[in-house]
Amino acid sequence: MLRDITLGQYYQTDSIIHRLDSRVKLAGTLIYIISLFCFNNIWGYLCAALFLAVVIRLSKVPFKFMIKGMRSILLLLLITVVFNLFLTPGETVVAVWKLKITKEGIRTASFMAIRLSMLIIGSSVMTLTTTPNNLTDGLEKAMRPLKILRFPVHEIAMMMSIALRFIPILLEETDKIMKAQIARGADFENGNLLKRAKALVPLLVPLFISAFRRANDLAMAMEARCYRGGEGRTKMKPLIYKKRDAAAYLILFAYLAGSIAVGRILF
Amino acid sequence: MGIIETDKLIFEYIRRDEDGNVEGITRAVDEVDLDITQGDFIAILGHNGSGKSTLAKHMNAILTPTEGTIWVDGRDTRKEDEVWEIRQTAGMVFQNPDNQIIGQVVEEDVGFGPENMGVPTKEIWERVEESLKAVGMYEFRKYSPNKLSGGQKQRVSIAGVLAMHPKCIVLDEPTAMLDPNGRKEVIRAVRALNDVENVTVILITHYMEEIIHADKVFVMDAGRIAMQGTPREIFSNVEKIKELRLDVPQVTLLAHELQKRGIDLPDGILGTEELVNEIMKRSKQCQ
Repeated sequence: MLRDITLGQYYQTDSIIHRLDSRVKLAGTLIYIISLFCFNNIWGYLCAALFLAVVIRLSKVPFKFMIKGMRSILLLLLITVVFNLFLTPGETVVAVWKLKITKEGIRTASFMAIRLSMLIIGSSVMTLTTTPNNLTDGLEKAMRPLKILRFPVHEIAMMMSIALRFIPILLEETDKIMKAQIARGADFENGNLLKRAKALVPLLVPLFISAFRRANDLAMAMEARCYRGGEGRTKMKPLIYKKRDAAAYLILFAYLAGSIAVGRILF
Repeated sequence: MGIIETDKLIFEYIRRDEDGNVEGITRAVDEVDLDITQGDFIAILGHNGSGKSTLAKHMNAILTPTEGTIWVDGRDTRKEDEVWEIRQTAGMVFQNPDNQIIGQVVEEDVGFGPENMGVPTKEIWERVEESLKAVGMYEFRKYSPNKLSGGQKQRVSIAGVLAMHPKCIVLDEPTAMLDPNGRKEVIRAVRALNDVENVTVILITHYMEEIIHADKVFVMDAGRIAMQGTPREIFSNVEKIKELRLDVPQVTLLAHELQKRGIDLPDGILGTEELVNEIMKRSKQCQ
């Protein structure tokens, strides 16, 4: 069961959005998030929603996968709405005991809710259409200028991809150790919080030891295959901008300019 | 000069107590002299702790000798500026298949070595394709390594080394963690490399069945080379192999026991068929 685990939430299909360079998608998500805060009227949101709908349509990812990401922030969304609803001063619409719902409150709360949901769905589009590996590569290349500041860009990208590779292996190992300890009478399920936390010690210690041993082996194997850092390394799958990426950038900037204009002119 | 040559190679592990004081010195490799010819299939045999893995790590410059010298393709492994050429010449496959695969996709892992060497992108793809085909894993190139069996993972590791175009591959107990089927798979792939691509193979193992096809066998014990010769020569000496705490293949053992009971058989029988033929010959003579 653990062998089939998929990391992140990549949705396997072939679409124009999937084929875009991961740097474009990173930039696109950033631009989209910025645009959401550029305007404060219904037209702006309509514009953003339309843009998002077109992108989702192009990505061929079923809409219900986008909604999945929403579940995790539902509570946050609710709290934001409630606070905005009751605590915004202004013209009272309904008053219950000491709590007042104001016209401005309704307005801010609904805008906030729309903004947050669109933000989450927008970033879901990126994670659903880009493999973690591709995303790491994109980050590495996009952050390359930071190298001048001695920021270890290549090393961090390498660590990320190794971590991604070893998560399923370590999960499987955790499962194995857990079973071995249960067979010897360990109890992971009963008792209060403190007891359960204590029960984790015989699980974590062997897991850490094994992780260090694996790290040592892996370092040796990497050195044996001539790994010596990012210097002088070539890429098997280099990220190269294609025509469609340029077109995507153009559309993105047009969209950003448009949303700024809508925010300024109509309000 | 052979592809790998050693002269009185000594390696010592220094054991320290908790405060870092020297407690004692363990000599893992003790005055080993080797001369390995390009294109040979070499097996190094020994029980646990005989120093065979330590010796193997010298061939890839992961360890450097305490005393003596080792030359890989004429290069002294102690010269630091030649380490990368040495690692390129003598690739290494390790025991645990999970701990040596770096890529998240089979083809990316095979490309890791050439990427490090700075091979141009187009050539990396050619090398990956040809190495995966050589070990029979080409149809799995898009798979995640986590979904492969142990034997398949080891074959991917071998392809990963092969893509660096080494002259010599050192395999450090590549089958120790595999089931019998996986073991056969890996040994078949290794033999094919030696036969077809003429890569020098140095196979370190403690499974006797795996050394039958070797050109030359070295048996190690307590850091020294205790026996050397062709597999037949090694197996002729059943008593000594047992003394070195190694198992003898069943057929060889059976032939040896029959010999002891007075049946006239040649020394060092390696295969079932060979034994059957010899016995048939004898029985025909009796009739």
